[in-house]
Amino acid sequence: MAAHAHAVKRYPGFWGWLWDWLTTVDHKKIGILYLVAGGLFFVFGGIEALLIRLQLMFPMNDLISEDFYNELITMHGTTMIFLAAMPVIFALMNAVVPLQIGARDVAFPFVNALGFWTFFFGGLLLNLAWLMGEVPDAGWTAYPPLATTAYSSHHGMDYYVLGLQIAGIGTLLGGINFMATIINLRAPGMTFMRMPMFTWASFITSALIVFAFPALTVGLVAMMFDRIFGANFFNVDAGGNIVLWEHIFWLFGHPEVYILILPAFGVISEVISTFSRKRLFGYSTMVFATILIAFLGFMVWAHHMFTTGLGPVANALFSIATMAIAVPTGIKVFNWLFTMWGGSIRFTAANLYAIGFIPTFVMGGVTGVMLASAPADFQYHDSYFVVGHFHYTIVGGLVTGLLAGIHYWWPKMFGRMLHEGLGKLSFWFYIIGFHLTFFVQHFLGLLGMPRRVATYLPNQGFDTMNLVSTIGAILMTVGIAVFFVNVVITSLKPRHAANDPWEDGRTLEWAIPSPAPEYNFKQIPLVRGLDAWWKEKMEGNKELPPAEPLGPIHMPSPSILPFIMGVGFFISGFGFMYNLVFAVIGLVIVLVCMALRSIFDDHGYHIEPEEPKKGEVAA
Amino acid sequence: MNRWHAGKKLALALMFGLFPLLAACGRADLSVLNPQGPVAQRQFDVLMVSVGIMTLVVVVVFALLIYVLVRFRRRRGDNSIPEQVEGNHKLEIIWTVIPIILLIILAVPTVGAIGKFAEDYWDDPNAVQVKVTAYQYWWEFEYPQYGITTAQELVVPIGKKIAFELVAGDVKHSFWIPAIGGKMDNNPGLTNRFYLEFPTPGVYRGRCAELCGPSHAYMDFKAKAVDQASFDRWVAAMQGPAVLPEDDNIREAFVSKCLTCHAVGDQGAPIGPNLTGLGSRVTVAGILFNDTPEQEYVIDPAKTEENIKVWLEDTQKIKPGNMMPSAVDLQLTQEQIDGIAKYLANYRLDYE
Amino acid sequence: MSAHEHHAGALPPEPEKATLEGRNKILGFWLFLGAETVLFGTLFSAYLAFRNSVLDGPKPEELFQLPMTFIMTVVLLVSSLTSVFAVQAMHRHKTGQMLGWMAVTIALGAVFLGLEIYEFNEYAHEGHRFTTSAFSSAFYTLVGFHGGHVAFGILWIGLVILQILKKGLTVVTAPKVYVSAIYWHFIDVVWVFIFTVVYLMGKV
Repeated sequence: MAAHAHAVKRYPGFWGWLWDWLTTVDHKKIGILYLVAGGLFFVFGGIEALLIRLQLMFPMNDLISEDFYNELITMHGTTMIFLAAMPVIFALMNAVVPLQIGARDVAFPFVNALGFWTFFFGGLLLNLAWLMGEVPDAGWTAYPPLATTAYSSHHGMDYYVLGLQIAGIGTLLGGINFMATIINLRAPGMTFMRMPMFTWASFITSALIVFAFPALTVGLVAMMFDRIFGANFFNVDAGGNIVLWEHIFWLFGHPEVYILILPAFGVISEVISTFSRKRLFGYSTMVFATILIAFLGFMVWAHHMFTTGLGPVANALFSIATMAIAVPTGIKVFNWLFTMWGGSIRFTAANLYAIGFIPTFVMGGVTGVMLASAPADFQYHDSYFVVGHFHYTIVGGLVTGLLAGIHYWWPKMFGRMLHEGLGKLSFWFYIIGFHLTFFVQHFLGLLGMPRRVATYLPNQGFDTMNLVSTIGAILMTVGIAVFFVNVVITSLKPRHAANDPWEDGRTLEWAIPSPAPEYNFKQIPLVRGLDAWWKEKMEGNKELPPAEPLGPIHMPSPSILPFIMGVGFFISGFGFMYNLVFAVIGLVIVLVCMALRSIFDDHGYHIEPEEPKKGEVAA
Repeated sequence: MNRWHAGKKLALALMFGLFPLLAACGRADLSVLNPQGPVAQRQFDVLMVSVGIMTLVVVVVFALLIYVLVRFRRRRGDNSIPEQVEGNHKLEIIWTVIPIILLIILAVPTVGAIGKFAEDYWDDPNAVQVKVTAYQYWWEFEYPQYGITTAQELVVPIGKKIAFELVAGDVKHSFWIPAIGGKMDNNPGLTNRFYLEFPTPGVYRGRCAELCGPSHAYMDFKAKAVDQASFDRWVAAMQGPAVLPEDDNIREAFVSKCLTCHAVGDQGAPIGPNLTGLGSRVTVAGILFNDTPEQEYVIDPAKTEENIKVWLEDTQKIKPGNMMPSAVDLQLTQEQIDGIAKYLANYRLDYE
Repeated sequence: MSAHEHHAGALPPEPEKATLEGRNKILGFWLFLGAETVLFGTLFSAYLAFRNSVLDGPKPEELFQLPMTFIMTVVLLVSSLTSVFAVQAMHRHKTGQMLGWMAVTIALGAVFLGLEIYEFNEYAHEGHRFTTSAFSSAFYTLVGFHGGHVAFGILWIGLVILQILKKGLTVVTAPKVYVSAIYWHFIDVVWVFIFTVVYLMGKV
């Protein structure tokens, strides 16, 4: 076999650098790609959010038109959830999970790259709507009939349907990949109940992705067939039913909420336990709670539809099922608190974000329980109360958690420490701005302000709180800007982060160099317990015990095919809107790439043990 | 009763951290926190139960968190390794069982209220039936028991159950009068029923709560609750023959330009909002207020006239995306505009 | 662990599971089928929601011809059986037999697909088109998605046959045979549900 093995060709200069990134199948580089792409879309979504808040700063403001406003809210929601939050979650999963389980890569490195490029081109397609001047405007929930051609005849919603469909394929591939990775590639001794909490959360999130995204696929297909081929799924006059869309969308949409928040739970568990110098309190309960949340997450979707008119039996059942989720979530919160109890808490920027997460998320959680009560929800539903609630969970929960994770694992991803002072500064701007922005929104809703309104009349008691909310949004923007400044400053500094830069690292990733070498582990480690690296440190060991002799390390070859397949999907997306010939061409490109991938076996290449340094060189 | 209300409001304000802006709990004709009917009151009660429970949870978490952060912060030079506690079954059972109990406390009134709100009074002879059809961006209220239809301003008698049947004429909308009761969706192709009660006479603000297009924010309506005698007079006036403009030129223009889509009394077409007694309505187009600055909801016909002209001049400016053409598109002369505005502003139903 | 370990020696009894790559592939594919199950489950719910939304189009009981769909069912079930024979032949390392059974499988798949195209064509002539009603849209989407899966399976197994002809049966090619066979069984099972829910229940 050695005859087939070859070293990776690296070309010099910018084009070589670019080629390296376009063809990489290394999970660490794909993690960085996800982070950069997710960060980019986060900036788009953030600008959209800021414009929304500036428009709502004063009553009857006419900064932006009503049409533009609806485009902004639609694109803000869609971008933030599918193109910013999801990819940053995948960034952390890629960067961390294989390291935490002692693996050299994910189960399917090629599919990993394919997942990224399909997500990226789907997101690009969706955002090109702005350049084409036909922007989705029916809300991120895209309820028909507003989203059908009868009421939205331009191509805007087509961009939504096709962009999300393509991005969704990428997400599904990622979910399958991480499930297979975690099941099959754990190092010897890394039993399921020794897996770090973030890996557990990633595992459960991946399972949720695998079982929830296909529902969205079908919903989007139905919507696409209605819009492009004249099908009648949501055409009431031809026997269609608009409530079917709501069911399908939320059958996906509610698990999606847990797809988003579980990884944040995982991050918080890691960060808090590291910076408290204590093992996670009630580890097995935490695992069980995570599984329970995911399980219940599939049977509560209709709480988004209490006012749709499903009847009292459905409303009562979904009310109670939703309330039940509070129990495992509460268990997690108290376990975090008691992880810190008796610990030795160090206030790094990462830990500030993690600590800030707890009360913020609890506030989002309790308003969630309030919303679970259907009769009261008749009042909250589609009001600013809901806007306040879900921003508390998704921004106050997920984004805060992701920022904690980014600060925490930055040295492992890039070999450099983010500046602590700037990190703390960004935290305070961010967290104060956040609460100013969203706390008052609960009251706006209770005072009678519906959500998704482009403006509001004066003299309704809304003015002051809207102004406060906008000021908060500006502070948050400052916080995020400080974070980006921190990133820029840090990347100009030399790479000298230690293996275990926080000194209290507990899990396997902290036992190897920062950034991790191409092959992650020179020798696959033997795992002797929970928090394997901490255990070795406590027993005075400087390295992990190896589970295999030193030998040549087999690596998968880079490939440009995932990128080309992404382009194929992109072309077919445009084709479905403007010319079906191109839709076919795009799909043929994808199929040909699949065939090529199948026909030409990837023999990979080997890194010899005596050249470990060479593998470390990131281009 | 009042003291009880005030006490609860104070408690609410305290629970939400003495938020000063909350002192007023919002407008009495709009706010959820200032319920004006038994439905809203019951929803407010459930809200208060949940706020109470949740405040308890939040306080416990905050207190624990602050204590932990202060007590267990790492001191300078402290390099000790804390005890690696695995967990504590007793504690974990406590924070599993207590939330379950708290949730049961919330679930009981929740289920009770769900049953209560699901009661159907449509076939109750003592209830007033109102069929609400929502359109981009206006509301049609049909009273099948009386054979009358109005728009934008719902008129109901106090003290009776008002049984609503909700449907949408185009896209999905949602019918919401926060001070009187929670919302229910107007779905195209499907009918929803629910009921509300208005114990006190007055004008209440209603709005669309489901994104329905660019003018979603402007899809407001008013609900006017009056005593039974006034309501009967209103019904009789609505049932009476249409009053058309006296001036021949204006009437000709009104009939040929307006009544092709609108209706007054027994005349015209039921495509756009019914205009019968428009002069008695608090707003034009749902958002242009006709009342005087001195006294809220007391109509000033001159203001109404002005608002009608503003609306006619550029309907797309007031409500982008709505179906109504502007005066220019209708080829109305200035004289006709003035005449129609004057006629409509003075087309009042004397019932209060 | 990786492919080269088994290269020189004889093929193990279950060559598809001999390498980590093979085991990953099989596990990943099962997970993918989990996702596919949700996909078809959602399509089935949409179909059930619109079963009676026929409008002016032909009703299911007028439309469906059970003898025809029964033949289709038999053809697809037999193809599943031949696909089992192919995998059994692979386990006995009889490459020729395996290829033969795979060829029979895709031939039967092609017959099924031909019958389905003929069936759709008939329906269209009877006024049951994609845009006729919510029922027709849901019908063609569900059954068409399945048909698309069959078509993809034919291309895929065909490609695997060509690869085996060129590369022979190895620990690299064996998982491809195995995984494509699981896929084929899956679309067969989906068809059984379609036959029951769409055709049999449509006749009731």
